Amino acid sequence: MVSSVDPTAVTSMPGRRRAPGQDAAESSPGAVRSQRERLMTSHVLFALPALLFFLVFAVLPLLGVVVLSFTSWNGIGAIEFTGLVSWKDALTRETTWHGLLLVLFMIAATWLLQTPLSILLGTFLAGQQKYRNVLAVMYFLPMLLSSAAIAITFKSLLDPNFGIPSGLNLAFLKQNWLGDSFLVWVVLLAIIAWQFIPFHTLIYQGAVRQIPQTMYEAAQIDGAGRVRQFFSITLPQLKYTLITSSTLMVVGALTYFDIIFVLTQGGPGKSTRILPLDMYLTGFRGNEMGVASSLAVILVVLGLGLALAVQRLGGKDASASQMEGA
Amino acid sequence: MKNIQLSRRSALGAAAGLSALSLAACGTSGPGGSGSGGADSAGYWALSGEPNETITEDTVTAFNELGKGSIELTFFQNDAYKQKIRTAIGAGEAPAVITGWGGGGLRTYAEEEQVDDLTDWLGENTDVKDRFIESVWAAATVDEQVYAMPTGAAQPIILFHNKTVPENIGAEAPESWEDLLGAIEKAHSAGVAPISLAGQSRWTSMMWLEYLLDRVGGPDVFARIAAGEPDSWLDDAVVEMGKKVEELLEAKAFVEGFESMAADSNTDQALMWSDKAALMLHGGWTYGGMKSGGGSFVQDGRLGYGPFPTIEGGKGELANLVGNPAGYVSLSASASDEQKTVAKAFFAEGLMTDAVSEALIESGSVPIVKGQDEALAASDDADYLQWVYTSMQDAPSFTQSWDQALQPTAAEELLVNTEQLFLGKLSPEQFAENMNATLEA
Repeated sequence: MVSSVDPTAVTSMPGRRRAPGQDAAESSPGAVRSQRERLMTSHVLFALPALLFFLVFAVLPLLGVVVLSFTSWNGIGAIEFTGLVSWKDALTRETTWHGLLLVLFMIAATWLLQTPLSILLGTFLAGQQKYRNVLAVMYFLPMLLSSAAIAITFKSLLDPNFGIPSGLNLAFLKQNWLGDSFLVWVVLLAIIAWQFIPFHTLIYQGAVRQIPQTMYEAAQIDGAGRVRQFFSITLPQLKYTLITSSTLMVVGALTYFDIIFVLTQGGPGKSTRILPLDMYLTGFRGNEMGVASSLAVILVVLGLGLALAVQRLGGKDASASQMEGA
Repeated sequence: MKNIQLSRRSALGAAAGLSALSLAACGTSGPGGSGSGGADSAGYWALSGEPNETITEDTVTAFNELGKGSIELTFFQNDAYKQKIRTAIGAGEAPAVITGWGGGGLRTYAEEEQVDDLTDWLGENTDVKDRFIESVWAAATVDEQVYAMPTGAAQPIILFHNKTVPENIGAEAPESWEDLLGAIEKAHSAGVAPISLAGQSRWTSMMWLEYLLDRVGGPDVFARIAAGEPDSWLDDAVVEMGKKVEELLEAKAFVEGFESMAADSNTDQALMWSDKAALMLHGGWTYGGMKSGGGSFVQDGRLGYGPFPTIEGGKGELANLVGNPAGYVSLSASASDEQKTVAKAFFAEGLMTDAVSEALIESGSVPIVKGQDEALAASDDADYLQWVYTSMQDAPSFTQSWDQALQPTAAEELLVNTEQLFLGKLSPEQFAENMNATLEA
């Protein structure tokens, strides 16, 4: 919800589209001013619905969480203001730091695993051949499934006695997939990749198709091979797509929850109890809303920080068109 | 309510989506807004999943036709419900009739004065109270006041065994710890899994701890823990219990890969009826599960059952039981007077009618009301049901399942530590210390 409503995007877009037309109509300073005022009014009007949603569903709950983080509350009784007690609890619990490390590991691992694969698949699928479309349909299938359904299915498939291992009679598949703290991460990262690579592939496919064909033609004349073209034209042209996809991946991994919740409940032990899951279990299972709110604030700050950092990595002028500089 | 436990926990998968939703929507009233019902209609949130769903629906329909007000029934997936009801109560959106599990959860409701004290009402209506068997009231009682009505069926934890497997390997249902270790060894040499356990679900492993602690230290040890007495987890019996688990792990007592097995998919039961495992410690509700899922396994009389073995030098008796004494419903303190009248009429004349008892017996479970001997004897599962009924009435003590008896915060910690104990990552001493830390909170 938070990530999908971005008021700045909504406010700036109409302006950007209109601006060139307005420049041509410029005749007298007075007319410009009144036109600008009218523009401002329409900006505000356009932005209003989105802003309102953002306020009610993102900012207000967020403030509520910040307030709750300074209280002790079991979810049904009276809310007691206890100052920094919940914060102290949250910051001194071993599980918090463990969960934080796990979530950072998860961000790094999902990015390293998914980005190269998505770019390659996206580039491959951007080709016009028919068979690629057939493959694309198959690749995109996991996108149609809900996370909960995926998790339940894999849980059954990984069952040591009645899952794939016994079904296919392949002994090496009979592993303690969900009961071993190393293997469980292999399983998780693989399932998450399987589920989300299609989405990022789709983004990259669209981006690659937008790269002007003329660039490749020019490169071919200069004698550049396929590989050289990929690294010198495709990849640099995908820079901003990379930033978008990475932001979604990083922030997505941070709030990642459903598959882990269904598949492992944070187990075995606390091996997969990432911070978002820890927050949920603390709040809704353990009924310590104060501590859970502190964890939520940490997650929000971390998420905003990471999203900003990724944007920064792409240079300050991230909104500039990527076609121009080629 | 044969499946009350099974479905409460096993609905996890399907419930996860809902839980995530309720996480996102916890600030709104959601569908709960309708729960409070109209003027003389009282809301009742019950748990979905057969056969309880049909039984509950039928009895509510019958009650509504009596003309004593109407009950507005809404079903929820069990695991999602646990979070939903708490949020609803906190937001003042709770239905008049609240489904619960008694024990520690009920205590928090009672302490926050969110549910009504039913002691006086039951005192005036002794005929209502006297219909139930005695053992069900303990979990409904907080500081000597009764805050919930028992309902449904009793579900003690039972040591099931596959009769075919022990015959093949020359072992019998164990009655002592030595028997058990012997059976494990024989199962190994015969190439079948000694004990089926869905360890990934954690509460499944917890059932072993419940019996082990009872057999080692007697029921008082956990009674002190549930009462929150300081350092009660540091009792020597708790460490001894952990050592018994280590002993079992060393003997490779549990099926290979048990750490990855989840109870949701009933694969632990499947190991039993497919003759791949000799023993399984599980709730009484799995009897119905194995009956419907296991082909003719139960019908052919190949499913054996018995009490958990005693341990030499231990204080617990063979007849002591652990498990779920009943399902429970409470009366919301925030309901209107009219709604409370309707709800109480429902408690007296709708909740546990004879029709409900009959339906429960038919589904293979033991209703928690007195005088069922004849009906049980006449049922298809007479041997099993009569054995459970007698065990229930003869049991010197009936300890409520730990995760329900404890406060929610401690229960969650218990499940995590239990799993680690069974993974061999936690020593018995550490387990006791970790759990003891929850007492101060």
